[in-house]
Amino acid sequence: MEMRKDYFADVRQDGLHEIGQARPRLDSPGHVTGKTAYFADRNFPGMLHLKMVRSPHHHARIRSIDTSEADKHPGVVRVLTAKDVPHNVYTILILIQVGPEDETVLADGKVRWKGEAVVAVLAETERAAQEGAAKVKVDYEFLPAVFDMEEALKPGAPLVNEYHGQNYYLYDSGECRKVRFGDVDAGFAQADHILEQSYQSSPIEHAPTETTGCVVAPEGNDRFTCYTNTQAMFFTLDNTSIILQMPGSKLHFVGGTVGGGFGGKVDVIVEPIAILGAKLTGRPVSFVYTREEEMQISSPRAAEMVVIKDGVMKDGRIVARKVTGYTDAGAYSRHSPYGTQKGAAHYPGPYTIPNVWIDTYCVYTNRTPSSAMRGFGVTIGDFALEVQMDKLARLIGMDPLEFRFINAYRDGDMKAHRQPTEGAALIECMQEASRVANWPVAGKYMAMSSYKKGA
Amino acid sequence: MAIRRGRGVAAINYPTGMNLGGDPTQALVHSTPTGNFMVTLSSVDLGQGMKQIMAQICAETIGVPTDRVIIDTADTDTGPHCMGTFASRGTHRAGNAVIQAAKEARQVMLEVAAEELEVNASDLETDGQGNIQVKGAPQKSISIFDVALSAHFKRGRSISGRGMFLIPRSYPEKETGAMKPSTCYAHACTVAEVEVDDETGEVRVLKVKNVFEIGRALNPKMVEQQLVGGSWMGISHALYETTEPYYPNRDHGGTDFNQYLMPGPGDLAQTEIIVLERPSADGPFGAKGPGEMCANPQIPALANAVFDAVGVRIDALPITPERVLRALKAQAAG
Repeated sequence: MEMRKDYFADVRQDGLHEIGQARPRLDSPGHVTGKTAYFADRNFPGMLHLKMVRSPHHHARIRSIDTSEADKHPGVVRVLTAKDVPHNVYTILILIQVGPEDETVLADGKVRWKGEAVVAVLAETERAAQEGAAKVKVDYEFLPAVFDMEEALKPGAPLVNEYHGQNYYLYDSGECRKVRFGDVDAGFAQADHILEQSYQSSPIEHAPTETTGCVVAPEGNDRFTCYTNTQAMFFTLDNTSIILQMPGSKLHFVGGTVGGGFGGKVDVIVEPIAILGAKLTGRPVSFVYTREEEMQISSPRAAEMVVIKDGVMKDGRIVARKVTGYTDAGAYSRHSPYGTQKGAAHYPGPYTIPNVWIDTYCVYTNRTPSSAMRGFGVTIGDFALEVQMDKLARLIGMDPLEFRFINAYRDGDMKAHRQPTEGAALIECMQEASRVANWPVAGKYMAMSSYKKGA
Repeated sequence: MAIRRGRGVAAINYPTGMNLGGDPTQALVHSTPTGNFMVTLSSVDLGQGMKQIMAQICAETIGVPTDRVIIDTADTDTGPHCMGTFASRGTHRAGNAVIQAAKEARQVMLEVAAEELEVNASDLETDGQGNIQVKGAPQKSISIFDVALSAHFKRGRSISGRGMFLIPRSYPEKETGAMKPSTCYAHACTVAEVEVDDETGEVRVLKVKNVFEIGRALNPKMVEQQLVGGSWMGISHALYETTEPYYPNRDHGGTDFNQYLMPGPGDLAQTEIIVLERPSADGPFGAKGPGEMCANPQIPALANAVFDAVGVRIDALPITPERVLRALKAQAAG
């Protein structure tokens, strides 16, 4: 790694004592010698293990659940179903007033994705819990499922989630989050070329070294201590308080040392049911995802579809950009309505374009709910935007890097979501890339600056 | 049939924080009797080094070496509220809270030192080594060790401070989408070089040259570990990873690291990292949030490089050999 201190030296205070110094990490010796304690290093006498009975179907009505054989299985201590969960229908963003509550802790009457939790089995050993789970009998009636976002948005598509009533999240702005800036139609009318292209991604797993989980210990005074690898302590505690209808003062969360998150540990999934298990049995409970659960059950990065229509002039200026983004939330909201509107704010990318039209949709389908992941709302959008930029440059016969300089945002430029640009540095990054990659661009671009002179 | 080379470029920006939800983090700082400083938080270290960075921020603000700072975090019985570690917000939000708390503690510390040295607190400075001295007369000084002892046992002062950083929630305007979705923005430009085997469709990444502008690099070694790791993840996203390879079809999803593909040691590209620092106006010592964005520019840069190499556009991620080969066949079929 090289630090290029010559850029922005005039606005930077170097020479501090501790900041800017490559101090060795205080936690590294513990990490590399195996002495760092993670949640799973907690082991309590009499600790129970929780395993989930999961839906084998993408979409089905539950006619009945028979847990009698599981109850009798050696080592099984307690079997939990929806009726045991005090506030079973929840949504995590309710804490910031983003509803409706649309997801069940344990399925009640219906499953909406393959892998959905239906029954929780608590047993003396992991094996007994697994065997007990296998003995739970659930009678399902199949329902038609929908996997494709475009299909899901068509009239007459199977309804994924009754709490929404339609297969998309309803914003205060309607069926999508909207950004409108300038006059996009006038921009297209003026353009020398128009290019409309569609981009697609598939779900991606966070793949942390440490799988999602928690260990809960009853403190003997009606309080429960939950050792967890959540990325958000109070967010998880407060949601657990709602789900279990238990005052927050009864909950004590300990964490903060996590073996990789990448956004995969901000859903509140394992803690509420494990604490409920500890409360109902009076015993410590461990609920840790297997690698398979981490891969296919925990929320992935959403699949997205992005349609970009651009109007571009022969001289390289983009004069209009229309983006329609679709985020595949899967069966439940989790963080997807947030990521979808974050996407609306991110387009049209780090470029100054006078006419912009953005619609981003959060779509429900019968698949594993997606949620936050490193860069969500942005990562796939950047893939689409930057491939589109390459195509546009080639369309008008211009060097792809020079084309970006022409459109790059600079300090003071108004963004489509009506915030003035501050602290821009795209141009300098591209200038440095031009140098290190030996990708020459015209001198006028190397002379540009993100500081807009006279602006 | 041949191995074909190509290169591609991509440039991006990335927002720090989650303003659209309201974005608070709080911190408490206090000194022990012998002048060590305890920072109490509920922020989570995901392995990226949150604790270390908070220690350096506190140390710089108070004016002590980093090893005099202890981070006590993520116990909800003791730590004040943090929204969480996500949205590239940890360093920016918690760092600002720690600075505010540490400033308040520093002020008390200087007041106690001023009483001991019989000078005005405003005439004092720290030397960064654990001492407080009179500006322009460094021979007149007192150790922070002695100041803390005095505060605790003689003067009855609590060398402590409270810090709060809140970005109030921005509500998007319904019709226009006017909103303030984040605070500062980090930037990047990546140039990727690939070899594509037009017989097998396999893409080999030869080089990625990443230029990142991340605001102030608070700890350059930790910046490096995050940016190198992020660059790897970008390559992995571009060419390998998905839980549903035939999306929207749900079949063939990987359930372990044998089936869920990521680049192994033999697939590592030559990786170059260049860092520019334009301090942000609102970040702790000018820091921005580079955590998420460092994995983004490689993806389109590689897609563009593949096109440069073999002349086919793969507009669906990941860019698997199967997709490349199908596109090449379609191209050949004209």
